[in-house]
Amino acid sequence: MLNSNALENFEKITQKTMPRENMISPGHRACQGCGEVLALAMVMKVAGPNTIVANATGCMEIITSPFPQTAWKIPWIHVAFENTAAVASGIESGIKALQRKGRIPPRNPNVIAVGGDGATFDIGLQALSGALERGHNFLYVCLDNEAYMNTGIQRSSATPYGAITTTSPAGSQSIGQQTWKKDMPGIAAAHNIPYVATASPGFHLDLMNKVKKALTIEGPAYLHIYSPCPTGWRSKPEQSIAISKLVVQTNVFPLFEIIDGELKITKKIKKPKPVKDYLKTQRRFAHLKEPEISYIQERTDAYLAKLHKMEADSGPEHE
Amino acid sequence: MSKAIGLEVSLAVAEAVKQANVDVVSAYPITPQTHIVEELSEYVANGKLDAEYIPVESEHSAMSAAIGASAAGARAYTATSAQGLALMHETLFIASGMRLPIVMTVANRSLSAPISIWNDHSDIMSERDIGWVQIFAENGQEAYELSIAAFKIAEDHRVLLPVCINIDGFILTHMIEPITFIDQQKIDDFLPPFKPALTLNPEKPVTMGPVGVPEVYTESRKQLEHALWGSLDVVSEVFDDWNKRFDHEYRLVEKNGDLQGRTLFITMGSQGETTMSAVEDLQSQGESVGQLRIRLWRPFPREDFLRAIEGADRLIIIDRALSAGSHSGPVAQEIRALLYSQDFRPRIYNIIAGLGGRDVTVGDFKEMYAHAMEDRLDSNYTMWGVSSDAK
Repeated sequence: MLNSNALENFEKITQKTMPRENMISPGHRACQGCGEVLALAMVMKVAGPNTIVANATGCMEIITSPFPQTAWKIPWIHVAFENTAAVASGIESGIKALQRKGRIPPRNPNVIAVGGDGATFDIGLQALSGALERGHNFLYVCLDNEAYMNTGIQRSSATPYGAITTTSPAGSQSIGQQTWKKDMPGIAAAHNIPYVATASPGFHLDLMNKVKKALTIEGPAYLHIYSPCPTGWRSKPEQSIAISKLVVQTNVFPLFEIIDGELKITKKIKKPKPVKDYLKTQRRFAHLKEPEISYIQERTDAYLAKLHKMEADSGPEHE
Repeated sequence: MSKAIGLEVSLAVAEAVKQANVDVVSAYPITPQTHIVEELSEYVANGKLDAEYIPVESEHSAMSAAIGASAAGARAYTATSAQGLALMHETLFIASGMRLPIVMTVANRSLSAPISIWNDHSDIMSERDIGWVQIFAENGQEAYELSIAAFKIAEDHRVLLPVCINIDGFILTHMIEPITFIDQQKIDDFLPPFKPALTLNPEKPVTMGPVGVPEVYTESRKQLEHALWGSLDVVSEVFDDWNKRFDHEYRLVEKNGDLQGRTLFITMGSQGETTMSAVEDLQSQGESVGQLRIRLWRPFPREDFLRAIEGADRLIIIDRALSAGSHSGPVAQEIRALLYSQDFRPRIYNIIAGLGGRDVTVGDFKEMYAHAMEDRLDSNYTMWGVSSDAK
């Protein structure tokens, strides 16, 4: 279709060839056990020094840039909450024009926009849609920790059903978050962009290879990364990686990629664990009773079945 | 210079932006600036302008993309009006706070509600404190010329601030006026390529837009204020240079006519030309009346303004926006506050006129003058055309 043959000679990142240099310095101000900054660091290791980052307002922006300190070894800009994809559009276009006019060397840097789930699912959805539709050559990374953590754990449209946040409390009239998580990868894919994928820091090589593919392919790419937040989820900080694996092993967050419209599940779970195992690792779900848990299990199974069907429809060559 | 040709002013502004050889145009349609960005898209489509044209999905994204492009080192331009400017509000402060020399045309228009696509200054008067250099054009030729000069002001390393050129919606944007274009070579001699101070460059990484903790936020605002006041001299220099090269007479505050009037009209934007006709008529009848046009609105040229009103007994300040709940319109607020600390304080009449595209005629200005001379206007402000307000 578009340019998937760009991946014909794709060399996979392995444990041995994994880039070692981190573009984000240690000493930043993330909470203990932050899965988000861990995932961000994995992205930036693959992207390397020839990269420009546009960061939406949020945890990652706050913890890495309290003037006069910065954790960033690569050029980085923060403008506002809802417009990171538009800022990245401007950067990409500016560099394109300046390179064409011979005013800067043709080094073709990676342009990566980074936003949390609030910046992506909610307030920045319009700017993201515009940038994906216009076809800018950039990668948008959504670091999804399933609520507005930076402002104090308010619900977003990424918050999972049943979860307690400070604006979706459980009470006699409510089970907590009453809506199902928005299908953000599906929305991104509906723009018919060349690359969409989900990833979890619990499967770091899968994540890093997806970053590499996204940056290899010309045009817009969307990478949706599950990002545990011990502070907001009331989970144990030392459990973040275990939870990042469990979310995949329970199929609560399946790992897949969509290349030129063809979906492939990249981590097939042969014996899925019950969602209950995942839910019990986080106190935000502690109040849920059997009926809610069964409902979550049903919808999780249904979503996986939908992905399987999409994979089957994508043809055998991607199996 | 070549001969004047009749052209819609929007298209003349687009020509100016092309001649300034911009690198990135981010554009969203909003009446009445739309013809400017339509024309620019044509220039890009047929290769007359080597730029990236980003047809963004909102005005908020138009400014955001311009910020990204400018931070990457590109000469960036956009245009807007009214609701679009209001939607940009948040990012306007960020563009100046990050010291990015973006140039924007504001086709001045009223704000909803009720929705009105017509001309007044409600939009820009709601953005007085954004930290941009704000300049007003009075006619098509000025709109064309100032749109080029704006880049030179913005990109001067003593300034490095965004600049907006205000042109009255419809009254200027959609009017066909005689425009004399300047040769490209002369523009190139006047306006060298943009040399940014800092860019998003992987070979020399910088962090832009960090968190401003309480220990640095005030200092950062002070630096912005310092740069904005510093731009006064640069605007003067650029105007002087332009006047010499291209035979115009731009000043921070300008006078119409030679007469040192005892009563002065104060105007901004295209209304100045109508006022001028009224002033000339009144002068021919022996009245001691003159007119000042505020060219540079931000930073407000305090010294130039005070010098220009020396000897006046009365100021009739025309506002094109309502500052609801205040004692005056925005321009009169500015001037009243400025005069409070002066020994010399002429009597001030503030008239809010021409909201939402309402015509203000030569006859209206003469009538305002008559009311002022007989002291029949409200001591705070008078909303012109609303009969209950005139005593």
